[in-house]
Amino acid sequence: MGENIQKIIIKGTLLLLGAFFCAPVLFLLSGSVMSRYELGESLLPLLTDGERLITWKFFPAYPTFEHYRKILFQTPQFFIVFWNSMKITVFILLGQLLIAVPAAWAFAVYPFRFRKLLFTLYIVLMLMPFQVTMLSSYLVLQDLGLMNTHKAIILPAVFSTYPVFLVYRGFCDLPKGLIEAARIDGAGEWMIFVKLGLPLASGKILSAAVLGFLEYWSLIEQPLAFLEDQSLWPLSLYLPEIHLEQAGYSFVASIITLIPAMFVFWSGREYLEQGIVASALKE
Amino acid sequence: MVFVLLPFLDVVRRSFLTAVTEEWTGLRNYGIVWGNQAFRLAVKNTVRFTLVCLPLLIGVGLFLSVQLSRLKEIQFIKSLFLFPLAMPAATVVLIWKMLFSRQGFLNAGLTGLGLLSEEQLIDYMGTEAAFWVLVFSYIWKNLGYTMVLWLAGIFSVSSDLTEAAMVDGAGRRQCFWHVIFPNLKGSLYTITVLSFLNSFKVFREAYLVAGSYPHESMYLLQHLFNNWFVNLELDKMAAAAVCVGMVLFAVILVLQKLWDREERR
Repeated sequence: MGENIQKIIIKGTLLLLGAFFCAPVLFLLSGSVMSRYELGESLLPLLTDGERLITWKFFPAYPTFEHYRKILFQTPQFFIVFWNSMKITVFILLGQLLIAVPAAWAFAVYPFRFRKLLFTLYIVLMLMPFQVTMLSSYLVLQDLGLMNTHKAIILPAVFSTYPVFLVYRGFCDLPKGLIEAARIDGAGEWMIFVKLGLPLASGKILSAAVLGFLEYWSLIEQPLAFLEDQSLWPLSLYLPEIHLEQAGYSFVASIITLIPAMFVFWSGREYLEQGIVASALKE
Repeated sequence: MVFVLLPFLDVVRRSFLTAVTEEWTGLRNYGIVWGNQAFRLAVKNTVRFTLVCLPLLIGVGLFLSVQLSRLKEIQFIKSLFLFPLAMPAATVVLIWKMLFSRQGFLNAGLTGLGLLSEEQLIDYMGTEAAFWVLVFSYIWKNLGYTMVLWLAGIFSVSSDLTEAAMVDGAGRRQCFWHVIFPNLKGSLYTITVLSFLNSFKVFREAYLVAGSYPHESMYLLQHLFNNWFVNLELDKMAAAAVCVGMVLFAVILVLQKLWDREERR
């Protein structure tokens, strides 16, 4: 009896806390359908220095899609920024797939000299924050004349070591004997890679893609440092630039930014968790 | 590899040269960086941030995970906590402004409860409290991540062990401390390392909410690097990057050594 009550209390508390963690989305949703007048009323205290405090209604008195209409049909600028984000994210993910999967395969299957050393180096590099490698990336990009282009964001990210590491974990589950057997049966290396390796690691590849998408969709540091031209900026830099006076616009833009991330999050939840767990396993 | 390692060696070389003329200066850049007030402030804040956040995140994460592991709805609740991870930093900015401004929700709530009178209202981003806003953002974002890792650790402890302990008459609490906890040390190491490295990403929220020069209680190394970059002070950056990189490397190695020793016992 006591056991059950305890469980209910725990469940209630956790649910409440979890809901609290997700609450920002409710703010964004309600704000995005609020009329301009109502938004002004609610947010005015933030703009002026008066004594009034902020108020908020999660169910607006006069819901409207005015801001959505405006942003979708009358703001070409928003589209440019949105596609900048899409382009950067998609190209990074594709590039990573092309580089990381074969690289991981090589690490997992072919013993070569210095493999151990190289792999340790890989992990260390994976762990270094952007600030430490910022200057070196800058110097390379400068030499290649890529500064202030999308390539400056995409290229370094394509060669990032994190997906290699993650996919490598997937390939490691492949029993060595199986590869030997396939070789004896006359399968070419390419066949082994496609028929044995890829299906086995597909979960980890998806994990890498989900984690990668969430990471690159909200990229801040790199574009901030390497893109000067505002027309090249991704959503993550553009959004905060919108002034509070245009709050409706800002809310809708945030919602639209959130949608792809949410989509990937919900459809890839399982892989996201697998990815997190796999990245925590020690070599 | 070529893209990452060679350039970094170049940075190491540059840390001994002047920025423009590339003359040999020995350790002078390092001297300048360590004497730099902003650098000291940033190091102090970053260290303080890490020391506050890591134990808090790891502890709270473990506590919640243990509670959660007893329930049936693990998947759903875990997703709720993971959710902030998927929220792009940029979409949070607006909410943070609404929460932590002088006339924002936090103050509104506190006055509503009668805990705060109108003269005491503060703008959280412009005072010492900014540091705690940053801590909160970090916990909010990373708690789900930590919980996933802890839960994986908890469930990897075989249920035979815990059941055996239960049969022997161990209480739930005893069971946790003597059977499950000793088996979680491996998880502790990886969670510490990953949380530590993720703590560098809190710059996103910090920068978007407060800009390049936030209140001094939350001026982190990341801000400093960014500002030096904007001003093209490359020699300082090189020296500082080498220092920070080495410190991080050392921390990881030490943690790993500790863990290895633990395992061999």
